[in-house]
Amino acid sequence: MKILVAIKQVPERDAQIHVAADGKWIGEEDLSYTINEPDAYALEEALQLKEKNGGEVVVVCAGPERVTSTLREALAKGADRAIHIEADDLGERDTLGIAQMLADAMKAEAPDLILTGLQSDDLGLGQTGVVLAELLGMPHATIIMQVEVIGSGLKVKRELEDGWFQHVEMPLPALLTIQSGGNKLRYATLMGIKKAKTKETATVAASAAGAKAVSLEKVYLPEKQKKTEMLTGTAAEVAAKLVEKLKFEVRVI
Amino acid sequence: MSGVLVVLEQRAGVWNKMSFEAVAASVALAEKLDVGWSAAVLHGPSTGPGGWETGGKKPDAVYAVEHALLQEYTADGYVIALEQLVKKVGPGYVIFPHTYQVRDFAPKLATRFGQVLISDVTAIHDGPFFVRQLLQGKLNADYKQTAAGPCFVSVQAGSFRASEEAGEAVTAEVFAPEIVAEQIRSKPGELFRESAQTVDLSVAPVIVSVGRGIGEQENIGIVQELADALGAELAASRPICDNGWLPMERQVGSSGQTVSPKLYLAVGISGAIQHLVGMKGSKAVIAINKDENAPIFEVADFGVVGDLFEIVPELTKAVLAAKS
Repeated sequence: MKILVAIKQVPERDAQIHVAADGKWIGEEDLSYTINEPDAYALEEALQLKEKNGGEVVVVCAGPERVTSTLREALAKGADRAIHIEADDLGERDTLGIAQMLADAMKAEAPDLILTGLQSDDLGLGQTGVVLAELLGMPHATIIMQVEVIGSGLKVKRELEDGWFQHVEMPLPALLTIQSGGNKLRYATLMGIKKAKTKETATVAASAAGAKAVSLEKVYLPEKQKKTEMLTGTAAEVAAKLVEKLKFEVRVI
Repeated sequence: MSGVLVVLEQRAGVWNKMSFEAVAASVALAEKLDVGWSAAVLHGPSTGPGGWETGGKKPDAVYAVEHALLQEYTADGYVIALEQLVKKVGPGYVIFPHTYQVRDFAPKLATRFGQVLISDVTAIHDGPFFVRQLLQGKLNADYKQTAAGPCFVSVQAGSFRASEEAGEAVTAEVFAPEIVAEQIRSKPGELFRESAQTVDLSVAPVIVSVGRGIGEQENIGIVQELADALGAELAASRPICDNGWLPMERQVGSSGQTVSPKLYLAVGISGAIQHLVGMKGSKAVIAINKDENAPIFEVADFGVVGDLFEIVPELTKAVLAAKS
């Protein structure tokens, strides 16, 4: 089974962010980047499926030169090959544009299965996978916790709201968006890091960007929904102030 | 293209309550644009939720989109049916509640029209600009449709208040889409729960909740001690349960439990949207986090910026002293 994993590189979670001068995105000067966490779970699922059923795992990531570090990390964890779609203009493409670019790069690979995270930690639109499936004419399922190969197709466990789940069966080729927590993430081993150096990363040019259907006009810090009273001082002082609040305002002690 | 079409969600004849928040968003948008609105619900033969009432501006039409192949939800069935309905009605805007089901099919539907769903919208400003959160809630962004054709939008739980006015009963007009069984590629199974939930956080008056900031499983003990001192239930954000540090049934958020305690004390929780929707009904919120820009402080009544490993044990001591 040939599995493609679509990965996004996103700013580190703890990154201190500020709005860029043009007001349309965040300043990128001092940002460090990492793999989008749900995509890390998609990669883990792909590696486990390969261990069970054999085949090949190919990781695909679009973006500028810096994304190759994320691809190398995926190779070190056990992916067989990587495809870097060179694109410096991700901000100029909307979800449909990004999915089209991925579809153009993936089509020739003729995958049996495409996995990706259910959403990105930065934009959080949660759609790229579903749109990609539509563009490639594949069935899909979202927010998947478990994947099992049965006969010539798949049986997946889909997460629903409030602790409910559902099994869904579908034929291959198919696309799944993976929820975090279904598996335990592996670390790259020293051996894996060494091996990654001998693995292939193909660089392909991104297809041209088309007109956008939606645009991000501006970003800004959210207004507070509540007036938050900030308590300051040493740990002991803060604890004493909190106890006062718990006693006389929140009234739980 | 004009007017607003809102798509409501039901399962086995029971409304998903977020549907009515989407109705509220749609009525507000229709009033802002001075256009009409209509509503649709998809279901199998005779499993529809029946008549419903609506307060405020009356809808131009209500469509019962009915077909045997819509009895159970499938992305293929819903997209085929709604593509036909949207072409018939010709709305300028199509609004959905941002449910797990909508996340599964609405992006595919928008693609059929060469559009992009503006998902998880928290507010609609004049323009219209659709406001949504970025970077786990650290930033807000204004999105705008730039293409011609219907604009697809889903609205976040709790962002629009469902109308409580009793209104007039509305009769639905049946719309029968053309779907054949071969078009439905996936086979959905029955819904199930993992195990009987033994912890019902929704009735807990005090909850102490722990997030990623705790760093390691061994450190959870200090938060447990604080919960014990306060007589509180211990809860967690998703990453803690993903790591297996606490059982899934202690998870608060869109994929876990929804809570509204008298006090929600969040320790090392940054406050991603998926977590906030599960706890923003709390009467009082106290947040302890090392990042002063963490979105949890936007919903907190009292906030402490600092090292939880210093503050939490001090607080436990102080609570025990105050109680004795």
